[in-house]
Amino acid sequence: MSTDPQVSPELAGVQVHGITRETFILRGAIAAASVYGAAAVGPFVGNALAATGGGDVAILNYALTLEYLETAFYNVKGRSLKLSGTAKQYAQQFGAEEAQHVAALKATIKKLGGRPVKSPTFVFPATDQRSFLALASTLENLGVSAYNGAAPGIKNPAVLAAAGSIVQVEARHAAAINLLIGDSPTPDGGFDKTKTMSQVLAAAKPLIMT
Amino acid sequence: MERKRFLKMAGGGAAASFGAFVLAACGGSSGSSTATTAAAPASTTAMHSSASGDLAILNYALTLEYLETEFYDKVVAAKLFKGATGDLVKTFAQQEQEHVDAIKATITKLGGTPSAKPNGKFPVSDANRVAQLAYTVENLGAAAYLGQAARIKSKDVLAAALSIHSIEARHAASLATLVKKPITPDGAFAKPADMQTVLVAVKPFLA
Repeated sequence: MSTDPQVSPELAGVQVHGITRETFILRGAIAAASVYGAAAVGPFVGNALAATGGGDVAILNYALTLEYLETAFYNVKGRSLKLSGTAKQYAQQFGAEEAQHVAALKATIKKLGGRPVKSPTFVFPATDQRSFLALASTLENLGVSAYNGAAPGIKNPAVLAAAGSIVQVEARHAAAINLLIGDSPTPDGGFDKTKTMSQVLAAAKPLIMT
Repeated sequence: MERKRFLKMAGGGAAASFGAFVLAACGGSSGSSTATTAAAPASTTAMHSSASGDLAILNYALTLEYLETEFYDKVVAAKLFKGATGDLVKTFAQQEQEHVDAIKATITKLGGTPSAKPNGKFPVSDANRVAQLAYTVENLGAAAYLGQAARIKSKDVLAAALSIHSIEARHAASLATLVKKPITPDGAFAKPADMQTVLVAVKPFLA
């Protein structure tokens, strides 16, 4: 129903065919419980499950939470610091791209009949350009491992294609930031490692105020 | 260590032996008919098409990785890049070789036959042109993996493909900084390329 021009072509292709919303949510809840288990369900997934019922929507809400985090980091924290040169350019460009990810994920969740989680409030321990870039590297590389970890659990091929198109961009961001700070653009070597949802949420927890 | 982890991702022991059985029952992926009169289980047809579909995708990826290794090997041998950039190019060359090794091993483990290494031809004259070409090739590689992601049937093969896809993206972004081209040439959402598009694009590099 959304004609949001920010939605990528892949996400525009997402449809839910021929089942009632209630059945969809029930199936999603069963799927999520079997995939994630009670222990893995952190506050954000908890929100997502309450809002939506699980499945692909739960994964998308997990992704949305991370995109909220990155957007706030680049656009709010980044603007509050006196960034210059390439760091400033990256913060502006990457921040704009993360904001597009937020918009697209929200639209997809709604299209699937789910409810997008609201953005948490964040706190970022960065005080200058150096610490900002160090945290940027952490967050972007975390995002890559999060998407790569979650993607095989996605059921809908269009949603998987969309996740793939986003993780590629996060990997590009990560490499650029790493090079800027003198780190390897491929910190995991030839194959990027994955993280589970509970690992990622545990890593992000210190940054989340509410 | 890396290769073992890749193989672990791309199919455990039980899956590999079932895949081998399925392929044998269907006459093998290479088309040669190794004699078998065993009646295939009812699910074999579906399994066969998904196993052979994934194998076709893996062999396609292998071909691209072969081309990338050949390209990077030539570049390293030409000693066009020094210092940190030279180290980066050597690292990328090694990583593409790791991809070749891992994909070959996965194909074999799944009961398939790895494609033969193609003969590539790449212009390797001056550093700037080579860097530009590397940027183009890596972007193409990333788009190629992205184009196949939703077609892969096995979750393990998908996980393995994604672990490589993001590396190609990292390579592309690194080269972007070198040649002063966009880090995200497609903007916020990377575009996939289908098999036909990619094979047409790499044709000039096949001898």
